[in-house]
Amino acid sequence: MSVELLQLGKDWMDGSGPHADIVLSTRVRLARNLNAFTFGTRASDAERESVWGLASEAAANVPLLKGGAAYLVSELAPVERRVLLERHLVSRELIGGEDSRPAKHAALLLAPKDSLGVMVNEEDHLRLQALLSGFRLRDAWRLADELDEQLGRRLTYAYNPEFGFLTSCPTNVGSGLRASVLMHLPGLVLTKEIAKVLQGMGQVGLTFRGLYGEGSEVVGNFFQISNQTTLGKNEEELVDQLQKIVQQVIQYEVQARSILLRDAPTVMEDKVWRAYGLLRHARAISFEEVMNLLSGVRLGISLKLLPEVSVYLLNQIMIVTQAAHLEQMAGEPLGATARDVRRAAYVRAILSEAGSLPE
Amino acid sequence: MQCDDCGSSDAVIHVTQVESNEMNTFHLCEACATAKGLETGTVPASPLTDFLAQMGTGMETGPAAVTDERCGTCGLTLSDFRKAGRLGCADCYTHFARHLRGLLRRLHGGSQHVGKVYLAEENGHAERAARMVNLRRSLQQAVESEDFERAATLRDQIRQMDEA
Repeated sequence: MSVELLQLGKDWMDGSGPHADIVLSTRVRLARNLNAFTFGTRASDAERESVWGLASEAAANVPLLKGGAAYLVSELAPVERRVLLERHLVSRELIGGEDSRPAKHAALLLAPKDSLGVMVNEEDHLRLQALLSGFRLRDAWRLADELDEQLGRRLTYAYNPEFGFLTSCPTNVGSGLRASVLMHLPGLVLTKEIAKVLQGMGQVGLTFRGLYGEGSEVVGNFFQISNQTTLGKNEEELVDQLQKIVQQVIQYEVQARSILLRDAPTVMEDKVWRAYGLLRHARAISFEEVMNLLSGVRLGISLKLLPEVSVYLLNQIMIVTQAAHLEQMAGEPLGATARDVRRAAYVRAILSEAGSLPE
Repeated sequence: MQCDDCGSSDAVIHVTQVESNEMNTFHLCEACATAKGLETGTVPASPLTDFLAQMGTGMETGPAAVTDERCGTCGLTLSDFRKAGRLGCADCYTHFARHLRGLLRRLHGGSQHVGKVYLAEENGHAERAARMVNLRRSLQQAVESEDFERAATLRDQIRQMDEA
């Protein structure tokens, strides 16, 4: 399972898609419940088992999921669960805390093309998600919608004409849709414009989170921007609104970057080369530091201050240098120091494979 | 029992205070308790429950608050919902609709779904069978734990499904 697991969910980080230097990935998720069963945490073990049985049976029969993979969280080793989380394929809620056992019958269904999946027995019975590289909101919505149509013909959803698709939490009811884009915004952070931008988003019904979604911190200048409301607007309107705002944020970010380049070219050049130098030569490095340095390198490449390194490689470093990935590759639990050493070695290896840059 | 403070309304809050080894018990009506800054609900666990608790203070003055409303299908009460901020089943949305509309308007700016229309096809046989098994199991549990109110609800649901 270990090798297989490390191959999962690569599509979204391949660095393709429009604006891949600013928008890392796009995700659309739809929350759905089965009409016949109690929701979420109130559901009995027997009900959760039935939900899993019905969902996996449906998955075996719908075109988009047929031939894909299914993982019961309880059957995965703790490190494997965290690998899935670090790949953004599952939520923290689905895999449970570090010490607590995962919820019974919590599971992940993945389509053969693993940009598409379903979390089963999370807060809602089903959380369908489409995850794509770059800025591709409409594609992600169409993909999630198609999967929803296919599953909805096999399963009976909880739905009523007034409130729409019924969810455990009233913040998700209606469309059940949460669209989000993971944006890299170092220009706005460096020019200190980011607070204004984030504040403006709040006023138009959007919200932002850190790298791993709800409750996570902002690292490496990554912001996950998503719609906050799900009811009273249809799915296309929700997606379009986010699309427009993200386009605007991309423009602001591009502007901020060109201002930095115009007003402080030497400082910027020094900053990005230092970031590259540290990543290229450090012997022990924390994940947070890698993220911050990668942010600098990403910025440097986009501003053509550094020669081309593929965005895919940067994304790969970002995913694979997380704690659970390092442990999974090492095949044993690692202490913090050992992790930092392995992380540094891994980053050096990838960057030297990518070819040495001129000094 | 009358409120110790105003002497006119019924006391609904009973506070025991221990100060320098002396114990005093006050009986207060809701208005006086609120005026003294006493929390009448439980401590909210999240912004949403905080929000729900605030809404609740308006609702509790109505006659509906005397008996806590309960969803006939899953047994969730309105106060469970206010505490956890989560609904228990599809029928909760129907049972608590009049409480939910205002909340949804404030959360989303609207309370009417305008997105995808879903028409369940006649494909729910497997689900219905599974639900029947679950209902029977829950009924057994309810009887074992002597929760007869819940058992009666479950029995009615099983009957309904049998007839259908």
